[in-house]
Amino acid sequence: MSVQAPPGGALRAVARSVPFPLGAGLAWRLLERNARSARRYWIVIASGFFEPVFYLLSLGVGLGALVGPIEVEPGRSVPYAMFVAPALLAASAMNGAVFDSTISVFFKLKYTRLYESVLSTPLRPWDVAVAEIGWALLRGAVYAGAFLLVLVAAGFVASWWALLALPAAVLIGFGFAAVGMAASTYMRTWTDFEFVQLAVLPMFLFSATFYPLSTYPPAVQWLVQATPLFHAVQLERSLLLGDVGWGLLGHAAVFAVMAAAGLVVAARRLDRLLLS
Amino acid sequence: MTSPAPAGTLAGQVPAGPLIEARGLVKRFGGFTAVDGIDVSVAAGEAFGFLGPNGAGKSSTMRMVGCVSPPSAGTLRILGLDPVHDGSAIRARLGVVPQRDTLDEELTVRENVVVYARYFGLSRAQSRAKADELLEFAQLTERADDRVEPLSGGMKRRLTIARALVNDPDILLLDEPTTGLDPQARHVLWDRLFRLKRQGVTLVLTTHYMDEAEQLCDRLVVMDGGRIAAEGSPRELIRQYSTREVLELRLADGVAGSEPARVAELLARDARRTEVLPDRVLVYTDDADAAAAEAEQRGFAVVSALTRRSTLEDVFLHLTGRTLVD
Repeated sequence: MSVQAPPGGALRAVARSVPFPLGAGLAWRLLERNARSARRYWIVIASGFFEPVFYLLSLGVGLGALVGPIEVEPGRSVPYAMFVAPALLAASAMNGAVFDSTISVFFKLKYTRLYESVLSTPLRPWDVAVAEIGWALLRGAVYAGAFLLVLVAAGFVASWWALLALPAAVLIGFGFAAVGMAASTYMRTWTDFEFVQLAVLPMFLFSATFYPLSTYPPAVQWLVQATPLFHAVQLERSLLLGDVGWGLLGHAAVFAVMAAAGLVVAARRLDRLLLS
Repeated sequence: MTSPAPAGTLAGQVPAGPLIEARGLVKRFGGFTAVDGIDVSVAAGEAFGFLGPNGAGKSSTMRMVGCVSPPSAGTLRILGLDPVHDGSAIRARLGVVPQRDTLDEELTVRENVVVYARYFGLSRAQSRAKADELLEFAQLTERADDRVEPLSGGMKRRLTIARALVNDPDILLLDEPTTGLDPQARHVLWDRLFRLKRQGVTLVLTTHYMDEAEQLCDRLVVMDGGRIAAEGSPRELIRQYSTREVLELRLADGVAGSEPARVAELLARDARRTEVLPDRVLVYTDDADAAAAEAEQRGFAVVSALTRRSTLEDVFLHLTGRTLVD
């Protein structure tokens, strides 16, 4: 492999205008660094897989035995475990992405000052943002893939559309990771992460994750539909249950917008924080 | 350095003019002016120093040269390029040793160098070869597979320098390279920097140690309050702003007739200049022994009298009225 030149001129202009992953350039090298360091933290990495599996066993299988079938569309009901499994997939994509892009990025930004040393090389703030979000997505994809295999093995998958559940989980993670990284550039102390918890936990519990939207009175339904996790749950549930329509593109668009906006804000903020 | 230079857009093409050229360079942070219009020019192969106390604007200048801090005003060209627009391309050809070590504590000693080489676009094989070569240079081969955290301050500093050399930089920027190190570790580090200098690497360093500046720098500027107070080689500066010799007198407290101000005034008649410091009186003269004899003859309550050659510390004191390290 030949020595790679830092992108210059026209190449850089293209790199800046093309979103992830084509504009990554040297960003892959930082991603590689994360992979190297992760070898020593494999237990932290592995634990991410078990989280949705434990929830599935406890709520889906255990509690599900007490809950009757859930009507997912007029005239069609599924066991509770099948209803809740896609939501757990969506929620774990969110949790993983948010964890990776907030706590881990904040730690590197304020404590280990990793990005200071990285920005003394040809890498730019944009590369840092792309690399960190890319890393969050890579991990997220592995978790989502493993969880999907568990669902297939358990017989909770009803449709071939489930093949799209993996890219959907990555897209969901992309949206949350980009917004999370942008948010973490505004964090001053660890205390500020309580705000992240304050946003993530209610979404996890109330975004039509564990029971249908119709449970809520109409006014609250409107509020629930405004949360991003609601759209993630709808997207994954439709794909895993084979209940597919054009509306899914709307749900997907939510994350495309979050990803683009988050990435731009994160890169700009890193620029201001680190290149002052 | 034997391996090929990383193929940055302009690698290898060192401009005919100065490698670093600053004109009226200013850095402001809000209402505070850290660097207040400095002119600097560094030629290829030179060891150039910024000498000054903390807060003189040295690090702000280094960050601008390192293309991680845009200038507020003035012009700055590095390797003939504009740091604001070509920051990435310039950084590809710089080696940076920051004031505080920013080593990657999640990686081993060797991985620190390998990963850093990868950031510069080197292939995996090149990065590994480079790491072996540089760890040898930094005398860290035996610690290659250890974590970074338990290393001594001097070892960490050497690793930071090794890391900064992965791209065979045209310019090596060192911000306070030996601050916080014990004397032995400083000498080991200086030895490594001498070797680089001999290999023709352009060194730009900041320091508030005058001995470091005298040892390493071909040419330096004395900075104070964001401005350049003087410029020249260490020897030129001493000749221009100080005397050949200095007498340092420590006087007994509270002896009538030996008050520091009076002693200084009386000795100043035969000397070029005197300075009264909190703990001693400095007499600048071409013959320090004669001045010491005179002090004794006048019957001053001298606790100790030290004669020595002038240093950059004296130059700084003369230029600013303050000591460098306090």
